[in-house]
Amino acid sequence: MTRTRSRGWLGALPLLAFFAFVFGVPAVALVAGAFTAQGRPSLANLTQSLQGGYLTAMIGSVKLSAVVALLGAVLGTFLAQAVVASRGTLLREAVLTASGVLANFGGVPLAFFWIATLGNSGVISGLVGLPSGSLYTFWGLVVVYLYFSVPLMVLVMAPALDGLRPQWREAAASSGATSWHYWRFVALPVLAPAMLGGVVLLFGSSFSAYATANAMVGTVVPLVTLKIASALTGDVLIGYENIALALSLDMVVVAGLVMAIYLPLQRRTSRWLH
Amino acid sequence: MAALTGLERVSGTVTRRPKAWRGVVFALAAAYFLVPLGTSVWYTIYTPTAGVSLSAYGELLTADGFVRSLSLSLGLAVATIAVVLLLALPAMLAVRLFAPGLRVVMEVLCTLPLVVPPITFVAGIGTSLRNGTEVLAPTPFWATLIAVQDPAFPVVLVLAYVVLVLPFVYRSLDAGLRTMDVRTLVEAARNLGASWPYVLVRVIVPNLRSALASASFLTLALVLGEYTVASLLGYEPFAVWIVTVSGSKGQLSVAVSILSLLLIWLLLLAVSTVFGRKKGK
Repeated sequence: MTRTRSRGWLGALPLLAFFAFVFGVPAVALVAGAFTAQGRPSLANLTQSLQGGYLTAMIGSVKLSAVVALLGAVLGTFLAQAVVASRGTLLREAVLTASGVLANFGGVPLAFFWIATLGNSGVISGLVGLPSGSLYTFWGLVVVYLYFSVPLMVLVMAPALDGLRPQWREAAASSGATSWHYWRFVALPVLAPAMLGGVVLLFGSSFSAYATANAMVGTVVPLVTLKIASALTGDVLIGYENIALALSLDMVVVAGLVMAIYLPLQRRTSRWLH
Repeated sequence: MAALTGLERVSGTVTRRPKAWRGVVFALAAAYFLVPLGTSVWYTIYTPTAGVSLSAYGELLTADGFVRSLSLSLGLAVATIAVVLLLALPAMLAVRLFAPGLRVVMEVLCTLPLVVPPITFVAGIGTSLRNGTEVLAPTPFWATLIAVQDPAFPVVLVLAYVVLVLPFVYRSLDAGLRTMDVRTLVEAARNLGASWPYVLVRVIVPNLRSALASASFLTLALVLGEYTVASLLGYEPFAVWIVTVSGSKGQLSVAVSILSLLLIWLLLLAVSTVFGRKKGK
């Protein structure tokens, strides 16, 4: 017994040690730095990170991620249902493959894509006479972020929608339920955990996005990732690194809270749909 | 699972009501997703003065630093794949065979990098490196710390990427291990006198080939496209280089974006072909 257990530890030890070092050291440095000001333990960084421009940036990030997550979830679910309900295998394959590609398409290239389309010298903005700078706003970012969020939601929802048994719809119909009743009282409650999981996933990916926003809006739209980056790269005064660490800690707390909703939900999803 | 797939098809034919909304949804989705794609392609090949030309793509391939940054990215990707597989595979096998109690620990470890936004991870790494350089200055470890940050091959990026891809590699390998009876295979091989390395290389790895391949492709895709960590730590692999080189040249930057979309598509195609072949068997 002890021999097999020690073997288990032996195999897992390199990974655990690696993780403890590469993930643990920065985590400790982050927390220690966030609680240190002028070489002394203090709450000054954290207090400052929740005030003024930093607070605006945090609220901006949360608002942007929430809007993208909700819009993306609704639009993605509709698209997924349209795909699942359609009879064409080719269409279905095409949409799912495209979703897989676009859900992974982010970062700077995504920003360039939209700048070429709706930017100040973009092809479409010239055609429709879009006022200069329209893309470089809060709602411009929402439009751009949906480009990877909607496909991500399609990927989450397509299997869940596939799992809805036709018998449930038939049973509902023979009990006199309308289509609305079926969706409201049967399908949506079964799909709810998957949908909420999708919302959380979308929220997280928009919340931590940095490259796209940096290439698109610079500092026009206040976002917490942009504030952290500018504090880290020393665009501002020396000594702001610890503010960056405090902001990072705030971000981890928000992301952790959101993830804490997600994990139990993920387990509930599997109760009905497998 | 197969029964479920059969039933879905039935559902498709049972609900045979005309669905105009579906057409509307597809049309809107097609407009939203295809218009930027089309306009971006047009933007890269057409200028009012020169007409249609592919010069933006040619300029990209011959630009200074293309080979250097791409080979750095590929090198980082190969190192990351090697390290992450060497760490994750033995650990997952050991947990499965000898220490099921560690499973929860593994799951938590492999979820943490998803919760922590990459930019906060970079903030932590940057601070550790700065503090480490001060603290370790009088010791021999100082030289190691400097070597790890060598711009020619920043090992620190490999370490960071291993952590970032761990969740994806874990999911991939876990799915692969589920499809085989690890315990029986290992016990049979051991009873026949095979040594542990032999079991690993000749019994486990061949059965896990597609899971290993998909984990590697996902890692490759992530490392090639990774921008946040590399740029904030001040290195210039491919994803950072394309931004630097195309910064002021509109056409070039959009050409890069189209190429990266193609690259993602090719990598995903590779993953699905590997998995598709396995299904056919």
